[in-house]
Amino acid sequence: MDQPPAQPDRPPGARRALLRSNAIQTLLAFGALIVMLVVFSLASPNFLQFDNIVGILLATAVNGVLAIGVTFVIIAGGIDLSIGTVMTLSAVMTGVVVTNWHQPVLLGVVAGLLTGTAAGALNGVVISRFKVPPFIATLGMLNVAKGLALVISDLRPIYFTDTPSFNEMAMGSALGAITGLDVPNLVIFLFGAALIAGLVLKKTILGRYTFAIGSNEEATRLSGVSVNLWKTVVYGVSGLFAGLAGVLIAARLDSAQPSLGLGYELDAIAAAVIGGTSLSGGEGTILGTVIGAFVISILTNGLRILSVPQEWQTVVTGAIVVLAVYLDIVRRRRQEQA
Amino acid sequence: MSDLLVAMEGIERSFPGVHALDQCRFDLRAGEVHALVGENGAGKSTLMKVLAGVHQKDAGRIQVMGREVEIETPRAAQALGISMIHQELNLMPHLTVAQNIFIGHEPRRRPRFLLDEGALDDKARELLDRLHLRIDPRARVSDLSVAVQQMVEIAKALSLSSRVLIMDEPTAALTEAEIADLFRIIRDLSAKGVGVVHISHRLEELPRISDRITVMRDGRTIDTLATAGASIDHIIRLMVGRTIYESAPEIPDLHDHEVALEVRHLSRGRAVRDVSFSLRRGEILGFAGLVGAGRTEVARAIFGADPLDAGEILVRGEKVAIRSPRDAVRHGIAYLSEDRKRYGLALGMDVETNIVLATLRRFVSLGLGWINTAGTRATARRHVDGLRIRTPSVQQKAKNLSGGNQQKLVIGKWLTADTDILLFDEPTRGIDVGAKSEIYRLLNELAAQGKAIVMISSELPEVLRMSHRIIVMCEGRVTAELAGGADQEEVMKYATQRSDPALAANPPSATASP
Repeated sequence: MDQPPAQPDRPPGARRALLRSNAIQTLLAFGALIVMLVVFSLASPNFLQFDNIVGILLATAVNGVLAIGVTFVIIAGGIDLSIGTVMTLSAVMTGVVVTNWHQPVLLGVVAGLLTGTAAGALNGVVISRFKVPPFIATLGMLNVAKGLALVISDLRPIYFTDTPSFNEMAMGSALGAITGLDVPNLVIFLFGAALIAGLVLKKTILGRYTFAIGSNEEATRLSGVSVNLWKTVVYGVSGLFAGLAGVLIAARLDSAQPSLGLGYELDAIAAAVIGGTSLSGGEGTILGTVIGAFVISILTNGLRILSVPQEWQTVVTGAIVVLAVYLDIVRRRRQEQA
Repeated sequence: MSDLLVAMEGIERSFPGVHALDQCRFDLRAGEVHALVGENGAGKSTLMKVLAGVHQKDAGRIQVMGREVEIETPRAAQALGISMIHQELNLMPHLTVAQNIFIGHEPRRRPRFLLDEGALDDKARELLDRLHLRIDPRARVSDLSVAVQQMVEIAKALSLSSRVLIMDEPTAALTEAEIADLFRIIRDLSAKGVGVVHISHRLEELPRISDRITVMRDGRTIDTLATAGASIDHIIRLMVGRTIYESAPEIPDLHDHEVALEVRHLSRGRAVRDVSFSLRRGEILGFAGLVGAGRTEVARAIFGADPLDAGEILVRGEKVAIRSPRDAVRHGIAYLSEDRKRYGLALGMDVETNIVLATLRRFVSLGLGWINTAGTRATARRHVDGLRIRTPSVQQKAKNLSGGNQQKLVIGKWLTADTDILLFDEPTRGIDVGAKSEIYRLLNELAAQGKAIVMISSELPEVLRMSHRIIVMCEGRVTAELAGGADQEEVMKYATQRSDPALAANPPSATASP
């Protein structure tokens, strides 16, 4: 009775651990980032200018926040196509509350966040309760949010001219006031959001169930976990981050643009995938997603500095996404054979 | 009866088109191992899923420790101390052992939404120690073997301090040594008063582990008996409800029958070496041998699935060139793979589509690509009736059929294609006893209709029972051609007749059935 019985047949060696984890893909993305930095800074003296770096950071912030939210959904084995237009709807909502109704900025921010969260949670209910496939449910929400944004705004941009503090929230520099490094607050929001999301994913019950559902939803359900509830929460989180992105983009542009937003969801999903989040669920990190978001924005920025036409920038980004997914598949296949 | 943990009575459950449970009863005592047996589709898993809160009963009563309860979710079952280890492993492969064990009731710290990872690993290690399992709680589950994963499942069930543990075919994928480990753990548990339900297909293991046996058939509880004193034959009779095995084959006189297939000096690498045989219409030619003797390779070569190095194939006396399965089908040859789920069926599609899949062109009106659905349906219905495929309708998906009926479906597909030389590779693998006898009867009927049949099987009794003639292979060569009804020892002698005398002195220890 006391002899050691079953043992793990394959001790998880360091090499194997690296191979199977998405760490390698994150590393790859990080390597790509470095390579791009070197290539672009050699190719153009303008690339490493402070203003350009700030430009890259600003360009990454909104997409990064969206990508962080959608990372939760993808890890849980779902997809959220509605984040781009939900972002717009949230921005418009903030504009309506602040400019049209003359409420305090803080209330407008809360309204924006709540709008996003509600849209996400609704996605979650439709998907978990009514069993509508995530692709369809969120595609529907994409259009609903797009339409509502246009209806509420009466097809016109809403400007925040009466409330300069709103724009200050994103474009001011708290860091600059303290350290003299003039980095806009928007960037702080991105890293703050990333930090919190990373902790939630690693340290909380929500994070654990996100991975569990993505890894094996039925097993999670049979373990007594209320999968429907947690899926709703996960989509709600994605909506919350879309709402935050909406508030941030409105603050940055000093206006809520109701026709903006379409296409943002694909850049966000691309960022997550480039960063090693597996589209089949169960794997992914916030760090990877942030790196992925930077890969996209640096690529876009660098190509623009090299005067590559916008159309071609889009082509290149598209190809990179396919490449990232292909690498994920290759890694997975090798893992199965190992 | 104070030690009665669970009493189920009059349990009813229907699924669309199936009356899965019909007035079922079942009880479980503290500290016993209660085996639940029956053919595939008899309702064992369904009944236990009702107890575990996965399915809801339509009617009936469940008492747990003397109290009548309604079990509506897996969580409710857990609260009553009932855990189930499902047939298909239910772990999260991306999570660690400890994370899997405590999924749904993770140790937390303040504030309550934070996980306590340290306590998680400690508690998991403690639990694994108690089971004498040396598993690293921080290992990722996808890195573990199936057997170890099974142990993790048990640990997971016990982390809930379960008093009732249901195991659905836990030994199906385990080796003998791993089964011994599992049984040790089961005995430890029952000694501590846990009631264990053991659903199994392996009747021979029941005397080793179970105290009582309940037999189910067609959604009904047939009988419950004490394991001591119950014979396996008796249990099989209860399971099947009829006599299963037909007696030794009647070997028909086939001298005047046309030779349907002749193979001369077939060679392919080391797997097939100079194989020659002939097959007449109406004949069942058995291929016996150990696993890896080259029988499947011969069939695949004839079917054009693998290229030949040398040799010729004659169909109805004429030499033919078969370079692809398509050529083979054109000459009336069909190959029914041992892995029908992978190579034989479109599992997600319905019965009708599967039956006409190989002959779809015939039902397409020229030019338009329009499928004549009335024609496909009529054909499908004819074969469902003719082959006695048990399905609620031709619209049923193939994956919802039992193994035996899936096999019949594959046969139906090839009959539609007008093939009359049928190469069966392990036709009864993974099929339960009752359905096996139906496949046997079907093979006999097909032979009687004039089809020429090759039957490859690793179950020696099956080859002996069915074949009119037997070819024995070893290491890619034909070592003997025996008349039907040959005895087992003789076949085994030739099946282990190696060409290398040094090896012949050391025959492999494996038996004919893997």
